This record gives sequence, structure tokens and C-alpha cells, in this order.
Amino acid sequence: MTMNSVGRPTAPNAAANGAEGFASLTGARGLLQDEPLLFELGGWDKTGVDFDAPDHDASDLGDLVRAAPIGLAGLSEPETMRHYVRLSQKNHAIDLALYPLGSCTMKHNPRLNEKMARLAGFADLHPLQPVSTTQGALELIDRLAHWLKTLTGMPAVAMTPKAGAHGELCGLLCIRAAHEAAGHGHRRRVLVPTSAHGTNPATAAFVGYSVEEIAQTADGRVDLADLEAKLGPDVAAIMVTNPNTCGLFERDVIEIARITHAHGAYFYCDGANFNAIVGKVRPGDLGVDAMHINLHKTFSTPHGGGGPGAGPVVLSAALAPFAPAPWVVHGPDGLTLVEEAKDQAAQAFGRMCAFQGQMGMFVRAYAYMRSHGSDGLRQVAEDAVLNANYIKAMLSAEMTPAFPDGPCMHEALFDDRWLDGTGVSTLDFAKAMIDEGFHPMTMYFPLVVHGAMLIEPTETESKRELDRFCEALLALARAAKAGDAQRFTGAPYLAPLSRLDETLAARKPKLTWRPEHDATPAAE
Amino acid sequence: MNQRVFPPRVIPVLNCPDNLIRENPMRFTKDHEWVEVDGDVATVGITAYAAEQLGDVVFVETPDVGKTIKAGDGFAVVESVKAASDVYAPISGQVVEANAALGDAPETVNAAPEAAGWFAKVKLANPAEVEALMDRPAYEAYLQTL
Amino acid sequence: MRYLPLTPDDRAQMLGVIGAPDIDALFADVPAAARKRELFDLPRRAGELEVERELGLLAARNRPAGSGPFFCGAGAYRHHVPATVDHIIQRSEFLTSYTPYQPEIAQGTLQVLFEFQTQVAALTGMDVANASMYDGSTACAEAVMMSQRVTRREKAILSGGLHPHYAAVTQTIAHAEGMHIVRQAAALDAEAAVIAAIDAETACVVVQTPNVFGVVTDVTRIAEAAHAAGALLIVVTTEAVSFGLLKSPGEMGADIAVAEGQSIGNALNYGGPYIGLFACREKLVRQMPGRLCGETIDAQGRRGYVLTLSTREQHIRREKATSNICTNSGLCALAFTIHLSLLGEVGLRQMAALNHSRARELAAALGGVVEVLTPRFFNEIAVRVPKRAGDASSVVEALLTDGIVAGVPYSRLDPHAGLDDILLLACTETTTSEDIAALSAALKRRLGQ
Repeated sequence: MTMNSVGRPTAPNAAANGAEGFASLTGARGLLQDEPLLFELGGWDKTGVDFDAPDHDASDLGDLVRAAPIGLAGLSEPETMRHYVRLSQKNHAIDLALYPLGSCTMKHNPRLNEKMARLAGFADLHPLQPVSTTQGALELIDRLAHWLKTLTGMPAVAMTPKAGAHGELCGLLCIRAAHEAAGHGHRRRVLVPTSAHGTNPATAAFVGYSVEEIAQTADGRVDLADLEAKLGPDVAAIMVTNPNTCGLFERDVIEIARITHAHGAYFYCDGANFNAIVGKVRPGDLGVDAMHINLHKTFSTPHGGGGPGAGPVVLSAALAPFAPAPWVVHGPDGLTLVEEAKDQAAQAFGRMCAFQGQMGMFVRAYAYMRSHGSDGLRQVAEDAVLNANYIKAMLSAEMTPAFPDGPCMHEALFDDRWLDGTGVSTLDFAKAMIDEGFHPMTMYFPLVVHGAMLIEPTETESKRELDRFCEALLALARAAKAGDAQRFTGAPYLAPLSRLDETLAARKPKLTWRPEHDATPAAE
Repeated sequence: MNQRVFPPRVIPVLNCPDNLIRENPMRFTKDHEWVEVDGDVATVGITAYAAEQLGDVVFVETPDVGKTIKAGDGFAVVESVKAASDVYAPISGQVVEANAALGDAPETVNAAPEAAGWFAKVKLANPAEVEALMDRPAYEAYLQTL
Repeated sequence: MRYLPLTPDDRAQMLGVIGAPDIDALFADVPAAARKRELFDLPRRAGELEVERELGLLAARNRPAGSGPFFCGAGAYRHHVPATVDHIIQRSEFLTSYTPYQPEIAQGTLQVLFEFQTQVAALTGMDVANASMYDGSTACAEAVMMSQRVTRREKAILSGGLHPHYAAVTQTIAHAEGMHIVRQAAALDAEAAVIAAIDAETACVVVQTPNVFGVVTDVTRIAEAAHAAGALLIVVTTEAVSFGLLKSPGEMGADIAVAEGQSIGNALNYGGPYIGLFACREKLVRQMPGRLCGETIDAQGRRGYVLTLSTREQHIRREKATSNICTNSGLCALAFTIHLSLLGEVGLRQMAALNHSRARELAAALGGVVEVLTPRFFNEIAVRVPKRAGDASSVVEALLTDGIVAGVPYSRLDPHAGLDDILLLACTETTTSEDIAALSAALKRRLGQ
């Protein structure tokens, strides 16, 4: 036989057991590398792209040419790869573990969608090439629009808004245009529940409306009496999220729509939480006049660290004539785009963005819808709601649900009563979740619940993963109640960085790297 | 103060010894602004209670000098990391000076809210407005009700 | 269904834990009249293969820009994006993460944003930049609204060289907020008209360079006139690669610079997603819209990054926010930053020089065939087609039969300007001499020369 004469030990010895207090000499932590800024790594004369020399110079441009250095840093291709792969490893991601941000719908992002969006026939299309050369793209937009209209029970959809808030803006501009066309330009007030997402009042103010809050009932719904009292001849619209940001279905939604319409106002629905009812309930049957759909939530297009999103807005028959350009129409020579509203529809309120909207997101969302079908989408809603109620039931053993009576929809809301006397805040608790391998839930939102913790698991979590999550949170809750406050108040301990000084960042803003910049800013 | 943050459940104890040696008594509003009158000019700021509630102040938007303000209207904004709050004018008048030092050192509002952390000096349009405000014992009693 | 992990057994067990008899019990709050028993009238689920087949058929009915000579620009540009870019942006940690609200576990995204902001500030010659907007047109509208907050004036003057879609978006959104938008008539050289229109009510003037007709403009005089009147100058750029060759907006006196960043790192995507760049002078930072990433330290003194100055934003300021924007173009910003890291200073300058060189080649080749109108250009020119050829649209349609996409008729952007004979043509580093020769030959043939 041959002998291994090197004799390398193949089992850990005692010294490798427990590295408490161990620090590396370089600051690296095994696979987790410290990574400087691009500008500290790269050089002005370094590049990762090879070009041919130009045939002509820029002498024709005279002094319009930029003489001074731009101030960019370059890296070769291998250095670029390392830099960004190292940075990527400092991020939490859905592909890694549960990402239970309430009202954000962090579900699995199918890679089929990515593959489809990258087909040259979609990705390599110019928005202004002749429509005769983009019939398949227009057909896809038209099919997606058909799905969105069918799923919401609404007759029209404006496809161009680029995210949820942009969709809200589009919806309110339609409403404003409709009021003005009817001679009701004096309607300038918008009613928004106290639990609304910040984009609702911000959007209303953006279009020049004043904002008034609608009170909430003890069971977390719109207070009908308060709504009725505040409705009047100067109200343009109400903006209500349904299911709402407490994770509850507005039981009285049909009545809300009725009294809103009786006062001549429109019902804008924030569709951020559409995932809870997709395939089961059509907002059109509830009396909604306009609702944006976050394709990056319900229809699985990736959040990408903060976008891009897409926020098509479905519209009732009353609002449809005011939708912005461009839109797809069927003509004698196939599909075409109406790009200039003035020609064909004098009432269109204008334009939301430069081109046709988020085509790359349309392809992904359509691939997702086709994959699920009407049957799969209904199952999406049911599983999303089931998962949330399961979490609510499991965690109620130690935590206090904000609205214990009755089921929740796709997200479970807890308050911080159960932390009373522990010296641990909602923030501390959330940060301790990081050490256990989970992304924190949405905290301190909605504003109507003290120390709110809003947990949205989505339908793409397995029971095993939900159990792991619940066990971790219950163990943390017991630790907090047992007086182990330090586990929380200093958390996270195991993340790439510990808590960051947001006060310093805001008092002395450093928003760009500058050459004279110290590597580490001094603490104040 | 129109705050969007949740107040802690325990009301902090006021600790402002600098008030004891003041010549002119301070007056307070239910929105936690204070006023100190010297002749026909009032110095305006936010109370220690308000500063404590806000947490670390990171920015103060003071009013332009020369601006006419009306009692009850927002005339300044004070920001912490997670909250922006309007500061309402306790009295009416014309702004004669703004506290420029807060631009570089907003933390002064936390360190000395009822002294160096003042926001603006206002030439009073209606001195009677001051009389309608709470004195310190009344304000402290009011805080206990929150 | 392949994306749904729960089994029927799981569901039954979970309902047991919840104490609900069936799934319908969880939807008890939905009014009975609105609960749909039957499935919606849409196709049922489909396997991956079937979906690929359907989408493949749709994609095949489009003519990709790269499949032949292609000269469209006018706000979107076909550039070569290195393979590394698309690989990195598909890493799970970037693709499937959310807005970095928990900085301890989002330093990857945050450091990229800090690098992005630094790159955008450098390109535009400004002090600070935000973490991106939806696209160049919405960035333009936001800049106009910001000028109202800064100057407390209502009037915005949009130059006749501004991309008509940008003008339309600005008119729609800024007008809704109560601003008075003065849109000047389309013109290749808009400088004199812009300067003449500035008055004491003017909040801002919006000037594009290179403008929609490709004309490169030194806006220094406009900046002086605006500043003398107490107004802001907003400079718009739709082709971000031009920053590698041309004087920056900051050098010419801009107060706010906005741009479409699609050209760097991002595919054409039939119009979106794109990425709005937004930069300004430091003293205006608190009036900026959108997210900002800033440097700070952690509890142990280590450098790190956080979203900062959030009190400007909707989630805190609500109806008093500087903008309603929430989700922006994060992943497009990542692609932009990676591509620009690969390019670096020398690479971007080479790329820009190559774009310009190709456009010179194009202008020279077309010079004898059509009237080239753009006197100073970067990578795009406007030409006038002769009357006998009909209008620019009919020229484009005719050349399609030769397999050439011959640019964008100006009338497609603005049908009411009376400029039906103007054709906009762009070149990039992807354009070959053969493409240019083919275009020139086909045009000659069609125009009967």
C-alpha cells in the first residue's frame, strides 16, 4: 500500500474549539472580507474594458471638451469581480433566509423571469424603434394588461408608472383630471387613514391636495363615522390601503366606497397588499376607482436592493379616459402605441415617464403570472394568508398581537406590550433577529400601533422555514422576558457591522467620497 | 410640536437649573415651545421636555430674519434622525434674529434647549399673547398630565 | 406549483394550529359578495418550458437593435455592456434584497450606493448626488419642483432643445404641484430664447446638452443669466456617456444636474427600467428628493454606510416630504456603478471618444445625402430629409425594408412641432463602419441619388 507521509491531521484539535474573543490580524473574518471603497482600490489609469482607438478626434468641439479630470476610479475585470462579490456578501437576501418585511412582500424571485427578460427580443429593443418591429413587445404589454384587468375586475389600466408611489401619483392625477373635467376643480381635500403608508399623504400633497387623516377603530379599520363626517363637497378622493397596513381586510370596504361615491369623491386603493387577495377578490367588486399594483411585490419582480419597481394603475370606467400616454391599441396593421394624448384622447392628463414604462418588469411579471395561472395565483393568496396566520398563532404564545381577534390577512402585526419592563425595545428585538439569521420585520409602522412589528412571510416560505423562524423569535422573546437584555441592546453582534451611528451621518453628512477624506471619520 | 415619534412612557424629569437665575420669567405652550421676553423682543425655543422626546437633534431650520410670523403657525422645523417636527410660533411678530450657531451645532438643542439652543428672536406684535401662555409651574403640571 | 412549498398536509396542520376549520375562514372579513368561488377567466398554471415557449415566440416577433444597422437614440442608447455587469447584478445578495433599511446587513448595497453617488457627482461636476430616480424624465420633473422649494417661485422655463417627453413629464407632474411651466418652441439652438425669457419670477431654467437635436451647448451664459435673476439652472443630459468627453454641467454653472443613466450598464429594455441621475450643489441638499446614502461609523468605530437625511422623505415627512418617491432604481444603479468601475476614467473617456468619432463618421457619410443640421454634436445628429422623400417617418419605414433602423423621426416625439422632416440619428461604439456605409447607401438609393 502507499502511505500518506504528510500526516496532516484531519480532525479539529482542542484549540480550534471555541474562538471566543478571537480576532484576526487583518480585520477579515474568514470568508467575510473587509472591502475598501472603489476609489481607494482603483486608479484613474486603470480599466477593465478594451476599446479600439477612435478614427476621429474631438477637435470639432473646441472648448466644449472636458479638460479637467472627471474623478473616476477604474478596476480591471478580476478586481471588479472581487470588489462587488465581496460587497454582495454583506447583504441579507431572500435567497438566504426569510425576509419578513411587512407590506413589502419579499417573495421568491423566479429565475425564469430573469432569463425571459434578457431575451434579445425584449432587452435589446429601443423604445422608439418603429412599432412594426416591436409587435411582440406590444402584445406582451397588452396580455399583461389583460391579466391585470381580469384579476382586479377593472376595465382599464395605465401601464407606465414606474413604482408604487409613481402609480399613486398617476391615480391621483386621473382623479384630479376627472374632477376638473366635471367642473369640480374645487375638490382639493384627500382623506387618508392614520395607518397609511407615507407615500399616500406625500402623493396627495404632490398634486396640490391637502391631506386629512381618517381615524381608526379599535379593531384596526377605517372609522366609518369619522370618514362620513369628513367627507364633503370639497373632498376629491380617499386613499385607503386594502388589506390595510395592519394586515386586516377592511370589512366595510363596500360601504366605504358607497359613501365616498355618494359624496362625489373617488376611492383610490393602495394595492401594496394585493398579494393577500390576488386570484380571489377583485378590487373592482369592492367599488375601487383606481389602484396601483406593485409588480415588485405581488408579481415577484426582484426588489434589487431598492428598485426598480413597476406600478401599473387599474382604473374604473369613470377614470379610464384620463389615463396618461402612451398606451397600446389594436389597429388595422396590428398593435400600435398612442404616444401623443392630444391626438386621440383630449382628456388624457399627460405623461408619467419618458417611454413605455418598465418593460423589463412587465416581462418578469407576465412570466410569473403565466407560470401560476389563475389557479396558482389563488393559491398564492391563500398560502400567503395561511402563513401569516400561522405566524400570528405561533408567536402569540409570547408576543402580543395588536389585533388578536379574528384572522389577519397576509401579514401579522404585533405591538410591544409584551416587552414592557424588559428594557428591550422593538428596535433591540429586531436587531437581535439579525444575529439569529433573519432579517427584521417592518418596525414602528404602521404608526397607529405602539412599537409596531409587522411580519409578512409571503407564500414562498415552507412550513419548515416558518417553524425555524417562529422558534427563533419565541426563544428571543423568552430571553428578553428572562432579563437577558444585553443580547438585545447591543445587537447585532454577528453582522458585518454593529449598529451604525445615524446621528453622526445626519449631523455631518458625507454623501460622496473625496480624496482628502479620512478613511474613518472621527466620532463626534 | 407636531411629533410623529412615540413618546416614551416615562416622562423625563425636568432639569433646567439655568432658569433659576433668569431675570425674565419663561412662558410655555402646550406644544412645548418656550418664550422669554426682554423689552419688546421675545426669544423662542423648544423645551427640555421636547428636546428629550426628539432624541438627538440633527438639523434645525430656523426662520429667515425679517419674516413675519403668526402665533400658532409653523415657523421652524427641528429634525432628529427619524422625525421632523414643526415648531409653532408661540407669539406673533417679526423675526429679528435667528440662531445661526445651530447650523453647525444642532446638538446644542439637546445640550441646552432652554438657553443656547434658542431658535429665534421675535419683535412682538402683540405682547398680550405672552400673558396667555403657561408659566413654569403650570407647564410642569401640564407635563404630568401627558 | 413549483413556487409554492406548502403541501396539503402542511396546510392542514397549520390550520389546526391556527384553529381555523378551513382556508375560507381566514378570509371571513371579505364581504361574501366579493369572494369569488370560481377561478378567474385566465389560463391555468404552466410549466417553465411552456412559459419559455410563449415568451420566446413573443420575443421573436421583435427586431432586436443588435440584429442589424441601428441608429435610434433620442433618450435611449444601445451600448455594449460587459458580461461582468450582468453576472454581478444577478447575484442573490443584490438581486433579492430590499431597500437597505437594516444597515448592519445591507452594507453591500449601501457601499455600492455611496460609490454610485460619488460617481454621479464626479460625472456631473456637482457636489452631491442621490441614490437614483426612476428615469431621466422624472428626475427632470423632480428638479423643477425642487427649484420651487429653493427659490419659492413658481415659473419654470423649459428650453426648446429639451426632449419633448421630458418636457411633457415635467409639465404633467410639476404643473400638478402648482408650477407655471413655460415650454419654449422646439429649436436646435435655444440659448438666446432661454436667456430672453428669464425674469424675476423664474424659479429655474431647464436646458439639455447635448440637446434632443444632438447639439452640444455651453450653458455658461445661461447660468449667468439665471443666477443674476435669482433662478436656478437645471442641466439635463440624456446620454450619460457624453460626460466622458464634454464639459460637465457643474463646470458650466448648473445648480442641479439630472440625466438618464441607462447608457451606462443598462440595456435598452424597450424603455425601462432606466435610471434617473440627480445631482446638485451641496447647499441645496436638504431640498433634494429621493434617498441619500451617507458615511458613518458603527458602535465599534468601523466605517459604514446608512441611508441618511431621511427626514426629507415620505416615510417620515409624509405630506411635507420633498417627493413621494420610495422605490427607486437600485439594481440599475448597481449596474451603472459596476460598468463605470470597469470603465474608470480612461475607459469612459475612450468610450466617449469612440462614440463621438463614429458620429463624425456618420455625419461625414450623410453630408452629401441629407442636410446635417447639428453643428456641434456628441454621438447624435439631426438631419433634414428632402421633400421628395416624404417625411422622416416615411424614410424610416422605407429603410426598414433594407434591414436598417434609420433613427427616430422627431415627429414621433412631438407630432405638433411641424418638424416632420427632421430625423434624429445616433451612433455608439456598437455602430460599425459597415452599418454607416449601409445606411448611407440605402438613403442614397431611396432618395434617388
